[in-house]
Amino acid sequence: MSNKAAEKQAVARKDITMRQWIWKEMKKNWIAYLMVAPYMIIFCLFTILPVILSAVISFTNFNMLEMPDFVFLNNYITLFFDDDIFLTAVTNTFIFACVVGPVSYLLSFLVAWFINEIPPKIRAIVTLIFYAPSISGQVYLIWQTLFSSDSYGWVNATLLELGLIDKEIAFFKDADYVMPLCIVVALWTSLGTAFLSFIAGLQGVDRSLYEAGAVDGVRNRWQELYYITLPSMRPQLLFGAVMAITGAFGFGGVITALCGFPSVDYAAHTIMNHLEDYGGMRYEVGYSSAIAVVLFAVMVGANGLVQKILSKVGV
Amino acid sequence: MARLRTRNHKVVFARSAGGDAGITIMLTLLGAFMFLPMLYTVMQSLKPLDELWMYPPKFIVMSPTLENFKSLFSLMNISWVPFSRYIFNTVFTSVAGTFGHLFIASLAAYTLAKIKFPGGKAMFKTIRTSLMFHSTVTAITSFIIMSAFGWVDTYLAIIVPAWGSTLGLYLMKQFMDTNVPDTVLESARLDGSGELRTYWVIAMPMVKPAWLTLIVYSFQALWNAGSSVYIHSEQLKSLNYAIGQITAGGIKRAGASAAAQVVMMMVPILVFVFSQSNIVETMGSSGMKD
Repeated sequence: MSNKAAEKQAVARKDITMRQWIWKEMKKNWIAYLMVAPYMIIFCLFTILPVILSAVISFTNFNMLEMPDFVFLNNYITLFFDDDIFLTAVTNTFIFACVVGPVSYLLSFLVAWFINEIPPKIRAIVTLIFYAPSISGQVYLIWQTLFSSDSYGWVNATLLELGLIDKEIAFFKDADYVMPLCIVVALWTSLGTAFLSFIAGLQGVDRSLYEAGAVDGVRNRWQELYYITLPSMRPQLLFGAVMAITGAFGFGGVITALCGFPSVDYAAHTIMNHLEDYGGMRYEVGYSSAIAVVLFAVMVGANGLVQKILSKVGV
Repeated sequence: MARLRTRNHKVVFARSAGGDAGITIMLTLLGAFMFLPMLYTVMQSLKPLDELWMYPPKFIVMSPTLENFKSLFSLMNISWVPFSRYIFNTVFTSVAGTFGHLFIASLAAYTLAKIKFPGGKAMFKTIRTSLMFHSTVTAITSFIIMSAFGWVDTYLAIIVPAWGSTLGLYLMKQFMDTNVPDTVLESARLDGSGELRTYWVIAMPMVKPAWLTLIVYSFQALWNAGSSVYIHSEQLKSLNYAIGQITAGGIKRAGASAAAQVVMMMVPILVFVFSQSNIVETMGSSGMKD
């Protein structure tokens, strides 16, 4: 039982204190603790502990070899004032997350909404087409073939044929193109769990609400969407937002696979890439933990903000 | 009073023909953006060498051949570690990780959804919040924890964290909230059924769509797992990693690498085709209630 509910009940009983009552409840439900234990132990070890450990290590100069010393805020100071590449990474991550997050979210919702009224069999096929890129492993590498730097690449060949360019463009090695291209590829793989959640949410909206809406004077599909559909599926909208934000900030491996590491002039270098660089390659664990903590804070902050905005939808 | 029309034998409200047309055009354009690269991957895998290196390149294959798939398999045969080893590694970690996750996470999900005990709500809130954590953020410290256990370079480093996946527990708990009625559980408890028995005999058979969703999600993640920071022995590396090595072989292997992409993507896609309706049903209760 939650603490609040427990408190209420404990007040009702005069013979024992709240603490005694909670202890009694805990003893009564010992089997429940046993049942959650296997999951909670693994969850704490591999999800919660790494976060706490990152926060602690970020104040040290740990490098996996020597005994770490406490350096207090030095890692953070270096990060924000001396590491130009980090600032590039922050800017890129923000551009990336601010485009990919909202656009993939809107795209997921719009496509789910568009296909909501088509017959179930066709809807299943369309769902598969939109969902497939997000589950197909490394199939995004096809974008490298399409945008290949030589004239065997489909895009270069087409542009040459049309006479729009004289010389092939090395798309993934050109600082002007890497960022937009990575955004396109990110969007291509972004119709995932949130998309499925929206499809299910739209299917679950009570049809009698639409009938009532029609009687009450809902005149077009936009009004129906705003006044009936969106408020009815707010829980899915919240869940989808978490998925979209986490996805948008966590997009690093694909960039490395497409552009190599580091990307040309660090033009598509994100915080995630910076993290992999210092943690995975240079073993500067203290410093990379500071990067992880910053990224983590940004993700949680963005989530909090978006949840606040969404809780106002259609109210 | 609004105009009522019917579509697919259902009453539909407030629709204009212009809006329908606009939506159809939008869907077609977006669909092409999603589908054409996938189709091109398949086309590339069927192209003979002279078509792969042809100017101007054609989107559609003219004389399809399975030559690329054959050369993929012969490349597999000359790999340093027998290729069957990579297949075994991926299948073994996928199966062990998925089934462990299904049992451990659904047991916890049942407990958090259906038994009231001090701390239960706080546990679920923590798990829900951790949906925001991306595993790469915690990769380095996870590595330190793994090495403390001596799990680096063992299957355990891949399998055990998969058991603790948060999304699976979250979806299972939400689905149980809406689909397992408390009254049924109460009467089972009154009949003297212990919690473990109630979980296994009463609750689990009611949430089969959620089982399938957990299985598919966990399997997809493990199947698509490439090189892991925890594994450095060649004998323990994944199929996806081995395929990646073939793909990285350069221009000569363009055909084989396209074939490899097709082989690798077919598995999750087929799994989804057969589980789609169950997954969407599970997602119906995925929403976050405050």
